[in-house]
Amino acid sequence: MIGRIVQYGILSIATLFFLLPVYLVIVTALKEPAAITLEGTWQPPERWYWESFAQAWTAFLPKLQNSFLLTISATILSALLGSLNGYVLAKWRFPGANVIFPLMLFGMFIPYQAVLIPLFQFIREIGLGGTLWGLVLVHVVYGLPITTLIFRNYYAEIPEEMIEAGRIDGAGFFGIYSRIVFPLSLPGFVVVIIWQFTQIWNEFLFAVTLVSSPANQPITVALAQLAGGEAVKWNLPMAGALLAALPTLLVYIFLGRYFIRGLLAGSVKG
Amino acid sequence: MRWLRNKDSLYSFLVILPSLVLLAVFVYGFIFQTFYISLTDWGRDPAQALLANPQIRFIGFENYRELFTGFIDSRFRQDLFNTFFFTLFFVLGCLGAGLGLAILLDQGPKGEGFFRTIFLFPMSLSFIVTGTIWRWMLQPQGGVNQLPTLVGLPKGEFAWLTSRQQIWQVSWNDVPFITALLVGLVLVLITLSAFRRGEQRRGYIALGSATLLLLWAFTLGRSLQPLPYEELHGFNLALIGIILAAVWQMSGYTMALYLAGLRGIPEELREAARVDGASEWQLYWRVILPQLAPITLSAMMILGHISLKIFDLVFAMAGADNAPTDVPALLMYLTTFRANQIAKGAAIAMILLLLVAAVIVPYLYRQLKSEVRR
Repeated sequence: MIGRIVQYGILSIATLFFLLPVYLVIVTALKEPAAITLEGTWQPPERWYWESFAQAWTAFLPKLQNSFLLTISATILSALLGSLNGYVLAKWRFPGANVIFPLMLFGMFIPYQAVLIPLFQFIREIGLGGTLWGLVLVHVVYGLPITTLIFRNYYAEIPEEMIEAGRIDGAGFFGIYSRIVFPLSLPGFVVVIIWQFTQIWNEFLFAVTLVSSPANQPITVALAQLAGGEAVKWNLPMAGALLAALPTLLVYIFLGRYFIRGLLAGSVKG
Repeated sequence: MRWLRNKDSLYSFLVILPSLVLLAVFVYGFIFQTFYISLTDWGRDPAQALLANPQIRFIGFENYRELFTGFIDSRFRQDLFNTFFFTLFFVLGCLGAGLGLAILLDQGPKGEGFFRTIFLFPMSLSFIVTGTIWRWMLQPQGGVNQLPTLVGLPKGEFAWLTSRQQIWQVSWNDVPFITALLVGLVLVLITLSAFRRGEQRRGYIALGSATLLLLWAFTLGRSLQPLPYEELHGFNLALIGIILAAVWQMSGYTMALYLAGLRGIPEELREAARVDGASEWQLYWRVILPQLAPITLSAMMILGHISLKIFDLVFAMAGADNAPTDVPALLMYLTTFRANQIAKGAAIAMILLLLVAAVIVPYLYRQLKSEVRR
């Protein structure tokens, strides 16, 4: 009995710790700028003030559009490439695969600072400097290891007999992919797309270094700049933080199961 | 038929080739280029730094020498301390909180799914969002410091991110000795575990390296003086706030890992322990925790490499220019893109890469080896 009380007690305290910042964001975003004081940080707003959201929405709408464009195109491209690569690695042995695969995986763990200077020059030289498309390219390339890994582990579960049956029916490399492997891929694609969507939406280092012009900024860069300015009242950054968090948060709430699968796949073992 | 097989093998190779070429260039090619840049003087002459075709000279390991022993780069050395303490407490915090929450949820309380969702949701947020929120949470005159006033206590006085306090100070001249001592200790632990598992060869290699390293530490290591003067570095208390926010964001991850591990332990094992008269406490301490050791090691490596790379959280919480909370990943950005000291930034990046590789290479080796065995 006492054990139960202690158990729920600790769980409640932990819940409080995790939700405290959420309470603070919502409360602050709903206060009039004049009502936000340091002493009254935790007090609920006396009257609800929706204007901050309207302001944040106008200010951030172009950035949100940039983020959506970037995230969706890079996610789709890296998922498709990852699916093909995973198919090759799981079902077609080729010499050296045992060496190449770890070398590929290493690419997803490196601190990107170690490639940033040549990358910056390269993107500028191919004429994509400062644009969103340069960023798309970068996210596709550095997304390849994780998407390949998830698909490889997923396709390894497809029984060899099915592939063999396809071969006997006369299907070749592409036939087996399009008729047997791809139709079974939906859960794999859901995991990969959710993972990449979250990662790319939330990414900051590439965005802040490779996109110079404010017009092309993704939302994370815009939010960091807004919150970093000292003179700003806190209602606006908080409303902006909510807007920036909403897409990935919704994905998590409605597709959490697949999100967790991607999370655990990131620790290499499928 | 054989010809068809060969054609398919060719297709499979052609399909994966573009990805391999892209990664070869974007990962290994660029790392190599960064390494080359780090051996030059690019950025030392401000007039040359931003030209399209700057005149750069090869100067060997001069940038590295300056970072470790040069008068002007003491900020980098403090950053190494910051990364060390941040990693230590962040990993410990996540492991402790994650394990505790996982054990509580493993008991199957009512609303388990609800709690799990709450503990894991910060994982879906950007570090920038987390940083923005916690920056407001940790305002010295408001936020968390105001919480005690809600129950009638005096308000907290800790300055959080703007604190200038430093504890556990160590002279930079003692760092080679201490580092060798710490690494030697880890090697001794590896030796012990290798012999216990009967892996003789691994044990002797670890023992040999430990002996060499400790011998060096107590002979030459003591007298090595990187700096001609005392330079004190330590644990900046301003980091506590960053650690707190990082644990808030990432402990759900360790919870999910541990929970998956706990669910994977066969019920028979628990039953057998209970039949033998083990209390719940003994059951966890003696039976279940040892089963979770591989997960702990994996989690340590994943979290460790994340914390070495931490950049956006600090950027959003404390700003890029707040020296007490600076880390090498951030200093690389400042040095390269704000100060245009491109070669020195490249050198910092290479050191960061080495630190991350020291964690990730054993991790990949371990994971892929066990995969082959399976």
